[in-house]
Amino acid sequence: MQKQEYKKIVDNNTPKENYLKNAIITFIAGGILGALSELLLRGYMLWLDLPRKESGVLVILTLIIIASILTGFGIFDVLVTKLKSALIIPITGFAHSMTSAALEYKHEGLVLGIGANIFKLAGTVILYGVVSVYFFGLIRLLVMGG
Amino acid sequence: MTYVYAFLFCGLVCMISQLILDNTKLTPGHVTSLFVVIGAFLDIFGIYDKIVLYCGAGAIIPITSFGHLLVHGAMDVASELGPLGLAFGIFDLTSAGISVAIVMAFIIALVLKPKH
Repeated sequence: MQKQEYKKIVDNNTPKENYLKNAIITFIAGGILGALSELLLRGYMLWLDLPRKESGVLVILTLIIIASILTGFGIFDVLVTKLKSALIIPITGFAHSMTSAALEYKHEGLVLGIGANIFKLAGTVILYGVVSVYFFGLIRLLVMGG
Repeated sequence: MTYVYAFLFCGLVCMISQLILDNTKLTPGHVTSLFVVIGAFLDIFGIYDKIVLYCGAGAIIPITSFGHLLVHGAMDVASELGPLGLAFGIFDLTSAGISVAIVMAFIIALVLKPKH
């Protein structure tokens, strides 16, 4: 069989993802998550009498804790298949990647399993974040004068 | 009104990432790294600060804000100490998120078993 024919058959048989439906679902789910976080932010500012900046950090911490617990019980993966990147792009995805990596390599031991693999996926976020900040920061300090 | 802007911004960021995931061969790892760099880039020119002002938590929870917080911590100290401040201040604002994520991941990995 020709390679191109084979590729055609494969293309015809792979399930088509509905891009438009995915986009709308992620827009609405991501939006609801954003609006709920804003509600939580206002709540923290009101109840705990904290400034806006600290309340923002508390909102991030709340989402991280919830995402880690849901990942531990296997609920997060079910939600991700439905809501897709609406849960991966917010900070919940960062917590999810760390918890799932730690759980997955647990059987290899505390140090070589959990310890060596916990940053397996989250490490790329930290790596490129730090490198880009050094790069952009130096440009701003040297070229734009701080 | 902040709620509407929070909804729109967070929804838009998630939708863009989903469109990238669906239409290219990039994985979620690529997209999150890309978004962190974009967040850091926007913050250098002070654009992300304006977005946070209007969209509130809607701009704080996407991963782009991780880059924004890194830049903020670094530049705050750098304005006092010069280029050396970049190294001292870079994790000032994100340390809470990273440390809590590490501790939670460790505790959950100890207590629970992986589901397959």
